[in-house]
Amino acid sequence: MPLKKTGRVIGVIDKKLSSGVLKATDLPDISKRIRGDLVEMSHTADAMHLGSSLSCVDIFVALYHGGYLNIDPADPASLTRDRVILSKGHASMTLYSILADKGFFPKDLLRSFNKTGSLLTEHPNKGALPGIEATSGSLGHGLPIGLGMAVAGRLHHLPYRVFVIMSDGECNEGSVWEAAMLAPAQKIQNLVVIIDFNRWQATGRSEEVMALNPLKEKWESFGWSAYEVDGHDTKALTEKISRIPDGSGKPVVIIAHTVKGKGVSFMEDDNNWHYRVPNEDEVRRAKEELGLL
Amino acid sequence: MRSAFAQELASLASTDDRIIILSGDIGNQMFDEFQEKFPSRYINCGIAEANMVSMAAGLAICGMRPFIYTFTAFDTTRCFEQIRVDLCYQNLPVVIIGLGAGLTYAPLGPTHYICEDIAHMRSLPNMTVLCPGDAIEVRCSLRETLKQDGPVYIRIAKKNEPVVHKEIPDFQIGKAMCLTTGNDACIITTGSILPEVLKAHELLKEKLISSQVVHFPTVKPLDLTMLSSIFSKYDLVVTLEEHSLIGGLGSAVAEWYVDNSARHVKIVRLGTRDEFIYSSISQKEARDYYGLSPKKIAKAVEKQYTYRGRIS
Repeated sequence: MPLKKTGRVIGVIDKKLSSGVLKATDLPDISKRIRGDLVEMSHTADAMHLGSSLSCVDIFVALYHGGYLNIDPADPASLTRDRVILSKGHASMTLYSILADKGFFPKDLLRSFNKTGSLLTEHPNKGALPGIEATSGSLGHGLPIGLGMAVAGRLHHLPYRVFVIMSDGECNEGSVWEAAMLAPAQKIQNLVVIIDFNRWQATGRSEEVMALNPLKEKWESFGWSAYEVDGHDTKALTEKISRIPDGSGKPVVIIAHTVKGKGVSFMEDDNNWHYRVPNEDEVRRAKEELGLL
Repeated sequence: MRSAFAQELASLASTDDRIIILSGDIGNQMFDEFQEKFPSRYINCGIAEANMVSMAAGLAICGMRPFIYTFTAFDTTRCFEQIRVDLCYQNLPVVIIGLGAGLTYAPLGPTHYICEDIAHMRSLPNMTVLCPGDAIEVRCSLRETLKQDGPVYIRIAKKNEPVVHKEIPDFQIGKAMCLTTGNDACIITTGSILPEVLKAHELLKEKLISSQVVHFPTVKPLDLTMLSSIFSKYDLVVTLEEHSLIGGLGSAVAEWYVDNSARHVKIVRLGTRDEFIYSSISQKEARDYYGLSPKKIAKAVEKQYTYRGRIS
């Protein structure tokens, strides 16, 4: 069955959400729980990139718990599943945490993050654990890989969608724009980019290091259907995700405006937390703020 | 070689629907037959090789068998990091076809000819490196490649190269083949310079030097059984390639020799020197410039042979 030129392909609605066990209003609490995981993991594993991991939590929560992603932890290799690629691989903690939360693997495994011999490596490896669709860590790879997956979906007549989670700094990479130019030429509609636009890259403001803005217009001029959304509003994010493909016949980019280090006051918008690891006291303070203690 | 590639792939694609060609905006008319038969399985990815390589990885993850096609300078060194991470680290069955082996495109200058690609590709874990010697070996390479589970780099020349094989050879990945017999020296070579090496073999014959020519269409993994056999028999082994002396077949053989060979064997490595060519030049002239014409190859072998004969 070829993809329809218009209309939507809606994923299987999360059973918990649809049955009322999990409500849309529960998502912020899930975000807090995940943020607590991340702070703990960064501390225990002595792993950097906590700020980058915290900024994309709500994107992942809306995606995995919002009810519109066609995935089943009991059948992680299903041919029809939606594919999610964490292209900003340095936020692997967020991916691991959400996959564990969703039941792809036991939550206990999170404690092994970054430990010798662990499958939960600092940058994720394809197939190391169920739900990890591609290896990432080097920026600018996820979108081209996702484009290949989207083309394969069309060739195989499978109505899945490919979600690629990128960072704003990642838009520095030329390969992003190579893929961005090819996807509309190939009339790809089952490809979705979500940009975690936290306005920081490793050593500076992303709009100052390179001429990033106007980002929405850039994507539109490349032939994409572009939306902007508050990247911490799980309801607004879910609403956007529910409308893909959006009927425009184009690939979709959702620019999610976020705050680096979101959820912990002393980390918010402070780029030192790109590399800094919280000490014991900071973990306690963070968890207190998140209402987890 | 490139026509053989296009024809063979069209033939293989009729029975294997996993095959898809990603082209870097070259091959005008060459893929007409393929495109006509399998329009959805030919994608012109534009002049954007980094994306093309990673896209192939995405296709391979989803069960396809992508063949990437463009000038070898552009689909090896230009997008090396994509090959390393997306194809090799993820160990995916993607085939890179590099057009313009060695000095094939010498007239276009060092932006288009490349003598460092084998060194780059050979250094990558999981990568198989093939340098077919003629159009028939190109066809064999493609068929054998489909049996592989990881990434493969196939280095081909251009068009109208002499055909070496009169019949289909016993071609297996990782196996070398003896093309001539001889007792005085063994010449180990790889790729589309093979016909020139066979000419050198004939010239040596006239000088009463009998050489065995062994073709290694697979540079990685090397045929270690064949190497052991060669190094136990010959006192003079010559490696010859249309590639830099840094990192190619000669380096691979020398590395193996240092680590494994029990007896003293003189190795002479012939290949391109560590320098670019800055002036206009034909492939034939460029080969001669680097000492890779039949005459110069024969001369180099003869010199070593005579020298060794005199001291022994």
